[in-house]
Formats: sequence, structure tokens, C-alpha cells
Amino acid sequence: MIEYIGRRILQIVPVLLGVSIVVFFMVRAIPGDPAQILLGQQATQEQVQLLRAHMGLDKPVLVQYVVFLRDAMTGDLGNSIVTGRPVITELLARFPATLELTASAMLLAILVGVPVGVISAVRQYSILDKITSVLALTGISMPIFWLAMVLILIFGVKLELLPFPGRLSSGASIQAFTGLVLVDSLLTGNFGAFWDGFTHLIMPALALGTIPMAVITRTTRSSMLEVMGEDYVRTARAKGVIPWRVVFKHALRNAMLPIVTVIGLQVGLLMGGAIVTETIFSWPGIGQIAYDSINSRDYAMIQGVVLYGALLFVLVNLLVDILYAVLDPRVRY
Amino acid sequence: MAEAQIQQEAVVPSGVKTRSRREDFRRVFFSNRLALFGTAVMGIFILMAIFAPLIAPYGPLQQDLASEFAPPSRAHLMGQDELGRDILSRVIYGARISLTAGLAAVGIATIVGTLIGMLAGYFGGWADSLLMRLMDIVLAFPSILLAIVIVSILGPSLPNAMLAIGIVFVPQIARVVRSAVISVRERDYIEAERALGAGNAQIIFSGVLPNSMAPLIVQATLTLGTAILDVAYLSFLGLGARAPTPEWGAMLTDAFRSGFGVFVTGQHAIIFPGIAIALTVLSINFIGDGLRDALDPRSRR
Repeated sequence: MIEYIGRRILQIVPVLLGVSIVVFFMVRAIPGDPAQILLGQQATQEQVQLLRAHMGLDKPVLVQYVVFLRDAMTGDLGNSIVTGRPVITELLARFPATLELTASAMLLAILVGVPVGVISAVRQYSILDKITSVLALTGISMPIFWLAMVLILIFGVKLELLPFPGRLSSGASIQAFTGLVLVDSLLTGNFGAFWDGFTHLIMPALALGTIPMAVITRTTRSSMLEVMGEDYVRTARAKGVIPWRVVFKHALRNAMLPIVTVIGLQVGLLMGGAIVTETIFSWPGIGQIAYDSINSRDYAMIQGVVLYGALLFVLVNLLVDILYAVLDPRVRY
Repeated sequence: MAEAQIQQEAVVPSGVKTRSRREDFRRVFFSNRLALFGTAVMGIFILMAIFAPLIAPYGPLQQDLASEFAPPSRAHLMGQDELGRDILSRVIYGARISLTAGLAAVGIATIVGTLIGMLAGYFGGWADSLLMRLMDIVLAFPSILLAIVIVSILGPSLPNAMLAIGIVFVPQIARVVRSAVISVRERDYIEAERALGAGNAQIIFSGVLPNSMAPLIVQATLTLGTAILDVAYLSFLGLGARAPTPEWGAMLTDAFRSGFGVFVTGQHAIIFPGIAIALTVLSINFIGDGLRDALDPRSRR
């Protein structure tokens, strides 16, 4: 096990190097002086000279790359041209909002997707199964920013059921410990704020969670169908195990592997989804700064979002692979 | 090709009814109601795209500022947008842009991906390792972040967005083609071609490629749906089609950016372009699922 995990960690090193090379060349491939690009048009000649010296633009490319890599590993990716603050500070300040949103979306997707997928598989070809299949396919066919806007239109404007935009009603504030509204409000016993934060979270989480929910449903269904035909499931049935126990204990456990894989891969899609969801709901997370920095050509910021986004994605999928080995003793290579 | 000939020449015992692959495909595909629905809807959208200037009641850029967000009426079936443009006409013209953009992106991905998958699968060895590790690096990026990086480098425009999305999808196509090629490579009919003195190029194009087509067609179809969504997505980020282009994603973006009023008075400006995207992608996904069931006997239900 330890050996497998070690080998798997070693395998991501070349991938991460590849990612860093792409991000490194991203700014250098744009026509013009990289220092000028990173600082924006308003920068003074002096600032540009200073950054040129810091980036070592007169040195060979290989040296520049090593310097970039060293800085990136210590969290130094320069300053945002919009706020002037270090990129890493901005990203960390906004991380809790994004974490709260994406985790809720994922949780919602798993809590709905897995049971619905299981039921569809158990009742294959039933009306319920057919409706679920079409709904799941519809879920992955909608542009997420459109879904977000339609949710606002229906639940926010027409029915006035759910509040938006942002994480809390304007004027409301809570003491921040973790930066997660739901956790902080509970820690301080502020249940009014908890409810406020919770209702603000529903629409964005639903918008962001729909695609993973659809994908998890489809994967669970097909994985369960495959497993339900196996001998050990028939054996369990034959020896008189109660039906729901067969489904959840014998079948679902063995059907989990593809589902876990798909959940890991969905994390990458959630990042793209978070950019538009946060923009539409004015959710003050990393997605929102990603959108703003794309529109203001804040390349230092874009670099930071892409680099740490890819890093997070690689790490999550590493975790999935390790979980794989824990779940399935047969996985050893 | 070779296989089809062999099949035809095979001696069939009298009384046994055989079905050709093509008949088999037709039978399965056309008995799938969702796939038929998808094909019909796509047919309509394609006709709409081709004959846009004949069908559209107004010009896609024709403004009428006095009728900002005018609701659907007899003269404007889908109402008017933030600049008083006829939404129906823009949706019709938008079919041209969105479908072409999606097809172009998938075209790029298919050509490059097939080439890479073919070389990796056919030659194996270090070529395989090198190419597939390269693909792994591309896959290591969340795809949409990579597309953003590429467009940031090339500069925001619709053609660059298509190119970026095409590049992002290359690894998926390459993987599918590679595994198809590996399973075909060792078949007897390929061995026979080699024994007859055919060169690598001839074997690849007349033997390996045609017999690896089925999974490629399915993957390319399903990718088309995602590509159309991603083009709209990049437009929303300001990295694809820009105003006043009547691309469906850009229409939604422009409506959204016009301010909060769109949610109160301009709902139709949100609803109709979104339905156009969702319906197109859903139809393509129905077709893709139908093709998979019809082309891959193992996945048949």
C-alpha cells in the first residue's frame, strides 16, 4: 500500500512540471514584454524595470523558469494589477467562499445522484428510470450560466423564495473564524445568520451541482447495472439476503469505484462552473476574481488561478487513486 | 473494407438469414425514439442555419432602441432584446455560429486526436509512451482552465476559442482511437495485408482506420455537444464571440451584462437563447447515445 501511494505521488511530479511549464510560458507567449504584461499598461517605467530584474528577463529562459518555479513553490506569484496585493493573498482570502460553494454543490450532487442512480438501476426500464435518464441527459446539456440565470428568474424574482446575490443579505455580517458562513454562524450561535447564509447558498449550489449530479446519476446507474449481473449478487439473492441489503451492501460497494473516479474528475469541471456561478450570484470567491482578472487582463492573477487550480485538481485525483486502493484490495500496481 | 468483402464472400448455409452490419446499425438506431427525436431536431437546426437569411424575419443586428426588452408579440415571436433586436432572428442566425463553432472545434480535435492516437496505438513503444504522457499533461488541467489559458495567449476571439476548445479535446479523442487501434492492430486481416506486402501507411489507412471508426464516431458526436456548451461558456467569459455577434452564448452574456432589469422585464432574452443551446446539445447527446448503442454491440441493452 505505502509503496503504491509513493509511486503514485512520484508519478504526478512530471505532470506538475508540465503544468508549471505551460503556465510559465503563458505570459511569455503573449506578444510584448512579460514584465509590462504582468504589470499592466498603467505601470511606470521604474516598476517595469524592477520586475524585469526580479524575473531575470535578461537571463536564459531556463534560469527564468527555475526562478518562476521557486517563487511559485513559496507562494510568490507577483501582485494583482487591479488591487496591487499579492496574488496568493487574494486567492487565500477568497478560498473559503469557493470551498463552501463547491463543497455544498458536490455534497448535493452525491446525495441526490447516488440514490437516484441506484434506484434507476434496480428498477431498470421503469418509468422512473426513463424519466431519470432524460433528466440526467438534460442536466449535462444546459449551459451552467443559463441554468443560474433561470434559477434567479424563477426562485429569486418570480416566486421571491430565495435571496440573492452574495453570501448574506446586505448589511448582515458575522464574525469570521473559518470564513465559512455556515460554520462561523453556528460557532457564534447566530442562527439567524446561519439561515440567511443557507438560503443564499441554495441557488448557487443547485446551479453548480446540477452537472455533477447528472454525471454521478448516470455513472451510478451503469456501474450498478454491471455489478447486479455478477455471480456474487445472484448468490446473495439465492441465499435469501434481504433485497435492500443485496443492493446496498453487496452491489453498491462493488459499484463504488467508477463513481469515486467520476467524482474526482468532476472537481475539475466544478472549477470552470464556479467561475460563472460566482459571477452571476456575486459570490465573493476565487471564481469571481478569475472572471474579473480575465476581463481586466490581470495576467498575474490568471496565472495564479490556473496554477493552483491545476495543482488542486491533480491532488484531488491523487486522493481518488489512493482511495481506490483502499476501497479495492485488488488495485495494486 | 477487407472485412466487408470477406463477409460477403463467406458461404452462408441456405435458410440462414444474415444481416449486414449496416442493416443492423439502422435497425438499432432507428428503433431508438430519443435518437430519432435528436436527429429530427438537429435537422431543423441545420436547415435553420443554412437558410437563416430566408427564414429570419429581421436582420440579426437590426436595432430598435425604443422597444428594449419588448415581450413576445405577433411581430416578434420571441420578443426583443436589450437593444430592441428581434430575438427569433438572432436565434436563427445564432444556429450558424454556434453549430459551426462546435463543428470546427470537434474537427480540430478529431483530426489531431486521430493522428496522435493512431501513431501511438499502431507503433507502440516509445512513440506511444511519449505521446500519451503528453496527453496526460493536457488532461491534468481542468479542461476549461486550459481553454482559458490558450485563449488568453492567442487573444480573445471566436476562432481562437474554437481552436482552444479543439486542443482541449484532443486527448479524449486520442485515447479512444489509440485503444481502438490497439484492438484492431493484431487482427488477422491486418496480418494478411502485411503479408501481402502493404506498407505502414497503407495498412493504417485501408485496414486499421476504417475498422477503428465506430468508437471515434461516438466520441466525436458526444464531444460536439460539450464543444457547443464550451463555446457558449467562453463567450460568457468574454473570451469567445463578442457583441453584437448573434452567438447563443454571447446573446445570454449581453442580456446578463445589460443589468438587473433583464430579470424583471427581459426574461425572454434569457429563456430563448438558452433553450436553443440546451435543445441542440440535448439532441446531439441523444444521437450520441443512439450511435453508441447501435455501433457497439456490447453496450446494447
